[in-house]
Amino acid sequence: MSRTCLPLWITFALVLLMFAAGASQFDGFASLRVVTNLISDNAFLLVTALGMTLVILSGGIDLSVGSVIALSGVAAALLIGPYQWHPLLAFALILPCAALFGAGMGALIQYYQLQPFIVTLAGMFLARGVATLLSEESVAIEHPFYDAVAEFGLELPDGGWLGATSLLTIALVLLMLVLTHYSRFGSSIYALGGNSQSAQLMGVPVARTTILLYASSSMLAAMAGIIFSFYTYSGYALAAVGVELDAIAAVVIGGTLLTGGSGFMIGTVLGVLLMGLIQTYINFDGSLSSWWSKIVIGGLLFFFIALQKLLSHKWQNKAGGRA
Amino acid sequence: MTNEGVVVDQTHQDQSKADQLKAARQARYSPGQSAHQFSLYLYPLVALALLLLVNLLLDPQFFSLQWQDGRLYGPLIDIVNRSAPVALLAIGMSLVIATGGIDLSVGAVMAICGAVCANLLVLGDWSIPAVIGLAVLTGLACGLVNGFMVSYLGIQPIVATLVLMVAGRGVAQLLNQGQIVTFQNPDFAALGSGSFLALPVPVWLVLLALLMMQLLLRRTALGLFIEAVGCNAKASRYLGIDDRGIKLTVYLLAGGCAALAGIIATADIQGSDANNAGLWLELDAILAVVIGGAALTGGRFSLPRAVIGVLIIQALSTTIVVSGLPSKFNLLIKALVILLVLMLQSELFRNQLKTLFSFGKLRGGKA
Repeated sequence: MSRTCLPLWITFALVLLMFAAGASQFDGFASLRVVTNLISDNAFLLVTALGMTLVILSGGIDLSVGSVIALSGVAAALLIGPYQWHPLLAFALILPCAALFGAGMGALIQYYQLQPFIVTLAGMFLARGVATLLSEESVAIEHPFYDAVAEFGLELPDGGWLGATSLLTIALVLLMLVLTHYSRFGSSIYALGGNSQSAQLMGVPVARTTILLYASSSMLAAMAGIIFSFYTYSGYALAAVGVELDAIAAVVIGGTLLTGGSGFMIGTVLGVLLMGLIQTYINFDGSLSSWWSKIVIGGLLFFFIALQKLLSHKWQNKAGGRA
Repeated sequence: MTNEGVVVDQTHQDQSKADQLKAARQARYSPGQSAHQFSLYLYPLVALALLLLVNLLLDPQFFSLQWQDGRLYGPLIDIVNRSAPVALLAIGMSLVIATGGIDLSVGAVMAICGAVCANLLVLGDWSIPAVIGLAVLTGLACGLVNGFMVSYLGIQPIVATLVLMVAGRGVAQLLNQGQIVTFQNPDFAALGSGSFLALPVPVWLVLLALLMMQLLLRRTALGLFIEAVGCNAKASRYLGIDDRGIKLTVYLLAGGCAALAGIIATADIQGSDANNAGLWLELDAILAVVIGGAALTGGRFSLPRAVIGVLIIQALSTTIVVSGLPSKFNLLIKALVILLVLMLQSELFRNQLKTLFSFGKLRGGKA
């Protein structure tokens, strides 16, 4: 257990270290405002990464999430704008549709034994294609509901402000924590990621779990798209390009193994926070160019993977010695 | 204690292995194999021919070629020319995928190598062969990083190359200091937009790379080793193949191919744009390899088929343009074609199709 927890602790320590480094160098870094901004700025990435964690825990991968974010944003903007739907009604249509899209990819992966990488790559083109088809231009959203949501929030001391989207994100994080670690669905995912053949033999409903988990990933991505539309007050078909890679990076930095079967939902949250902190640090500094964040995140990725490799290697040697 | 069991087991395995080997040898040299080979080429070629036919129906001038300023012009030449960077990437990607790996970083490597070229040319006092040499060396160095992570650190290829995909674009931006670096050098620009013996230079570069690679892989044992490692890395190690060295080699070759693609792209626009050079081309290259019939699980590759895959993708986007459909349909149609190709590769789907058709025949016979 300690072996799988170690990357988690390291990420946690790095988050604290990064925060301490920022706080010692810049006035106003160590404030609740920075923390709440961190959550609200990265809310959509966090929600996407939650779904990605599910998929990666099962040993798969979902490259379509970035496009699904764009598609749901465009769909929401069109339904609310030209079609005059109430936003909640639009969301009620979009979320099940996204789940259906994910379930379709899951079914292709499960029943036709196609590889997740290539199926979700096709899904990525498909979702982005549909989004461009719906509208090539950015569609603005103007609705009293959006204004009301923007004003709603929890005032915290020290300039902190938890907006509606942050609260929603926190609720989703809690829900996913319970779902992965305290539900049958969660244990099925871990079993699937460990070894899908053994899982099948143990009586884990492999097909249902695979389809459900891709459906949840797409639905969470659609949710992220909706959250994204609350930032931008618009839907744009070219939005959120490459978010899938950020999400995968966050999951890996959070200590989840890409081979599946090992990792924690909370690790992903820490991974997103760490990536957000790096960005915040660079923003505060002002003299560092934006490309440094890419290089640093790449370096971090390497560090974590190498660490995991080292640890699992040591552990295997130990196990070998014992046997 | 367990040793005996192992020995017995091994002789048994040797027996079955010998049988397998015999079967494999027969399969390899039986006439059925060449028919199989033929059918492997058939589907991609038929798809390409169909696409071109659709183009011809849409535009009767599609196959026309004009001679102008010592080179050929025409829609076909255009397709081939535009495919060049992705074709180079696909050649490298084929080898990586044949070992069961994947290289997500090639687009970023293109950007880095392009940035190296542009910056050296702006400095001015570098000869063109030196610039090309340094760019290729940079690509090889990137491939070395990937290959080292995959083969010696044992990191999963997707993640290992994701590192360079994320960091690489940052490095390219760092080299360019966030600017688009442009240069004035007609000799270097000729690599991207010039022509030689009636065909554009990039096409010649692709043909040269294809020929050299094919010779390297099929006239030596390297190709066979790559396929062996892709089938079963452990088994090939027991056979005495240096599986780690082979994996390192394929990532090196992929880096070199990406460097060439980066040089062409940079020469074509006479500048280096770190943000957009080679962006998402790795996905096109992977698709081309898969359309060419390679499995992502590794074990087999064919460079000509991968290049046909690239031509299919490029012809598809040309078809969409020629057909007069708005370009917004581009991605959607691409996705649907990819899904169709994927489904056709699934055995279950083919069987379902077969039963569907035989069912139809049965009913037709009865009626």
